[in-house]
Amino acid sequence: MYLLYLIVFGVIVTALIGLVASWIDRKVTARIQYRVGPPFLQPFRDIVKLLGKETLIPRGSSRVMFMLAPVIGFSAVAMASTILWINSGRVFGNESFQSFLGDILVVIYLLAIPSISIMLGGFASGNPVARVGASREMKLLLSYELPFILVVLVPIIKSGFSLRLEEILKMQAMDGAFALSVSGILALIVFVLVMQAKLAFVPFDMPEAETEIISGPLTDYSGTSLAMFKLMKNMLLFTLPFFMVILFLGGFHLDGIRILYSVLKYVIILLVITVIRNTNPRLRIDQAMKIFWGPVTALAVVAVIFAILGM
Amino acid sequence: MSITLNALLKSPWVFHLSTGSCNNCDIEVLDCLTPRFDIERFGMLLAGSIKHADVLLVTGSCNRKSARRLKELYDQAPKPCVVVAIGECSLSRGLFIHSYNCPVPLDHIIPVNVYIPGCPPKPEAIIAGAVKLIQKVKGS
Repeated sequence: MYLLYLIVFGVIVTALIGLVASWIDRKVTARIQYRVGPPFLQPFRDIVKLLGKETLIPRGSSRVMFMLAPVIGFSAVAMASTILWINSGRVFGNESFQSFLGDILVVIYLLAIPSISIMLGGFASGNPVARVGASREMKLLLSYELPFILVVLVPIIKSGFSLRLEEILKMQAMDGAFALSVSGILALIVFVLVMQAKLAFVPFDMPEAETEIISGPLTDYSGTSLAMFKLMKNMLLFTLPFFMVILFLGGFHLDGIRILYSVLKYVIILLVITVIRNTNPRLRIDQAMKIFWGPVTALAVVAVIFAILGM
Repeated sequence: MSITLNALLKSPWVFHLSTGSCNNCDIEVLDCLTPRFDIERFGMLLAGSIKHADVLLVTGSCNRKSARRLKELYDQAPKPCVVVAIGECSLSRGLFIHSYNCPVPLDHIIPVNVYIPGCPPKPEAIIAGAVKLIQKVKGS
């Protein structure tokens, strides 16, 4: 049964929603720049095309790691989204999953693995540009992980020190979403910034800065492995907002008319990400580190203190 | 027509290489990405790395230094890959036909699928060339 959930919800549904989300992202970007933008099926076509192309392994690379890195990242995202789907519990009114299956800590670890897999792939490919990108990715991971964990503490404290997503959702169903309180709003702002960095979108896209380092760690990837990395990023574009909705905005409800409300929540988050991405310049890696360890961490600490005080 | 070929024709990612051009053709290529022409409508994206690309756009007169690198780049491209020659220089060496530095035209170095003449060609001409290329691949 869990395997079914992994295949159906973790991989297929998440990938489909992720691809549609990446179309929304590209279309909104195009409209902001007064262009027409790609047709609806474009992300699907890109993935199918890449699956049909030749996969090259560069000479001088670490072969096993090079081919394994996309698989590691892809499976980590699939696992994380499966845990989120199962724990949000009300998927089609299915209440049969009362047994324990992973909590917030597992999701935090699984969401760090995609960045690590990009680093592994970049270093394994042996390309100097990919190495620069991978080292930037590493610094970015170090800088955003601290405020990320601090900010995840806020819903944990507010739900009476429970690490289980189920409890957090039940608490929000009773008292209203956590984002309606002062600490919740502060935590939400920090989470949006961290999400931008985790997705490697524009203010924090120095790992793949295509104007300076060709496309960062993915430079030497082609064909199937590139398709896997692209799919992983698109799935992350769904999984991270999903995690945020569960933590702060009361989760997705898939029954009756409330499905529209869930879609609205997700699309608004996606639009916020896209607008931030299109209206900001790229930061240098040291500036990003200063921002994350300075103001953003301070904001996260303030949010945690407010949460302890019960605000 | 198979699904992968259809997908390939609907999302050709383009890698742009200048083999010693005067930059006019390159500017016209970049014009295709601007709001007025917007080739992302057809799924075309400018790829930064040749390993991601399906189309190799070549501008310039292929001088002695860049010819070797051009050949290497063509070998690195994942197949299927098509080559598009843009501008008079890459078609027939243009102004530099008698130059000591441009020994052979582009199609003596790598196979070329589409020639787009002009000095420089207009963005409309480049898009028309891309459409003809797609029809040619579809027909074969």
